[in-house]
Amino acid sequence: MHIKTMPTLYEVDIFYRKVLLDDRINGFFEGVDMDRQIAKQKSFLTMVFGGPVSYSGQDMRRAHAHLVARGLNDTHFDAVVENLGASLAELGVAAEVISEVAALAETTRADVLGK
Amino acid sequence: MSSANSITLDWEGSPVPCVEGDTVLDALLRAGIPVPHSSCLVQARSGPVPAAAQQGLKESLRAQNYLLACLCRPEQDLSLAPPGQGVRITALLTERDWLSDTVLRVRLAPDESLGHRPGQYLTLFRPDGLGRSYSIAGPELELHVRRIPGGAMSNWLAEAQPGQAVTLQGPAGDCFYTPGDPTQPLLLAGAGTGLAPLYGILHDALGQGHQGPIWLYHGALNERGLYLTDELQALAAQHRNFEYRPALLDRDGPLPEVISRDHPKLTGWRGFVCGDPTIVNLLRKRLFLGGMASRAISADAFLPATLK
Ligand SMILES: Cc1cc2nc3c(=O)[nH]c(=O)nc-3n(C[C@H](O)[C@H](O)[C@H](O)COP(=O)(O)OP(=O)(O)OC[C@H]3O[C@@H](n4cnc5c(N)ncnc54)[C@H](O)[C@@H]3O)c2cc1C
Ligand code: HEM
Repeated sequence: MHIKTMPTLYEVDIFYRKVLLDDRINGFFEGVDMDRQIAKQKSFLTMVFGGPVSYSGQDMRRAHAHLVARGLNDTHFDAVVENLGASLAELGVAAEVISEVAALAETTRADVLGK
Repeated sequence: MSSANSITLDWEGSPVPCVEGDTVLDALLRAGIPVPHSSCLVQARSGPVPAAAQQGLKESLRAQNYLLACLCRPEQDLSLAPPGQGVRITALLTERDWLSDTVLRVRLAPDESLGHRPGQYLTLFRPDGLGRSYSIAGPELELHVRRIPGGAMSNWLAEAQPGQAVTLQGPAGDCFYTPGDPTQPLLLAGAGTGLAPLYGILHDALGQGHQGPIWLYHGALNERGLYLTDELQALAAQHRNFEYRPALLDRDGPLPEVISRDHPKLTGWRGFVCGDPTIVNLLRKRLFLGGMASRAISADAFLPATLK
């Protein structure tokens, strides 16, 4: 598969803007400093693009544990993947690449949701 | 000393030898100087900055001669310093007047130039060492200080007499105008003394002949919280591309909503937001959701130096 590995700031903006506008999930991002969030969204995208970030499953569990405690579940996970797909589509990424990215995101589900 | 293949860097006053082909980072590390920033960012004090060493840096950083030590292969002597230290100088308080019931304008005459851009901030130290940061409202050192009940510095400044000596450190911050695109629409928004840096940026942009529209939003609880209204109205009458919008909470509703009503779409705009941290966060988020690119938004939050 060929996915470019580092998202540009423009791509991060498109995705983060969708997440912040999505009432199903934006509550989890409330009150978080924007600069910090944008850096983290960049890590998120790098990760699902298969790029060079080294988060272990444990790291993913730790990063989201406080969100799981606040009720983070499968529907929220699906919403994030949906926003990811919509962002990539808006950026003109081919459908088969989008499904590869979604499949890569899927591999983190159990860790993110602390299952 | 510099010959064909040896270049001398100056790091905060100490000479650092550099072989041609070396990066600045190589030279600093060899001299045992820890580079103070994980991103290898340093600031040039003098000497030509190779364009390649500023690749990918924000325009505001480039304008302040920041460069990436790991990319910079100097061809001539270069004087460097760690990022964001600024200089420390003394200054005399020359003038003090009230712009409103609670906002004091303080003018300072420095010993030597701070080399600031209007909109950046400095840290002002009293003779006893107490320091607070203030934004710079123009090309001269003009500050707008809100008097805070029980506030150590703001009350001291309110009583200080012309001729009082203070120490200044700076400049810092990346809230300032850069003439990159003279037709880009600019949105300046702040509340309270958040107007200080915006006032500086506005004058700088108009002075540099900015042609695109410039909208300045000044938020306040009510009429009494506004200041410099006559000056701003006069500027708006004089410049067709400048719109002044005072926004009163008790009349117009929250500032981010006032902005959204006027400008539902902000794609392609450049934004500056300043003032109390809560309002700064709300404003940045609103501009971003309106379509402004995250890197096109500069923000300075006036974090209090002490917590309640
Ligand atoms: C980058 C930057 C730029 C700044 N620019 C400006 C500027 O241009 N103009 C300006 O007036 N201030 C500005 N500030 C804030 C300024 O540095 C001081 O914090 C402010 O003047 C209060 O100092 P003080 O010594 O009078 O009060 P302190 O003695 O530090 O505080 C007294 C009490 O008041 C509380 N307090 C502090 N600030 C506020 C506030 N804003 N509202 C309500 N309570 C508060 C404190 O928590 C404390 O309990 C800026 C701050 C930063 C970080
Ligand atoms: C699709 C799978 C997901 C991946 C790969 C992922 C990845 C990441 C990464 C890499 C970080 C940064 C960790 C750090 O540097 O500290 C992070 C933080 C975060 N994630 Fe996720 N994430 C996923 C799903 C979700 C979901 C579904 C939500 C909520 C709806 C969410 C909300 C957050 C929040 C709020 C943070 C910041 C935590 C904080 O700083 O307080 N993530 N995520």
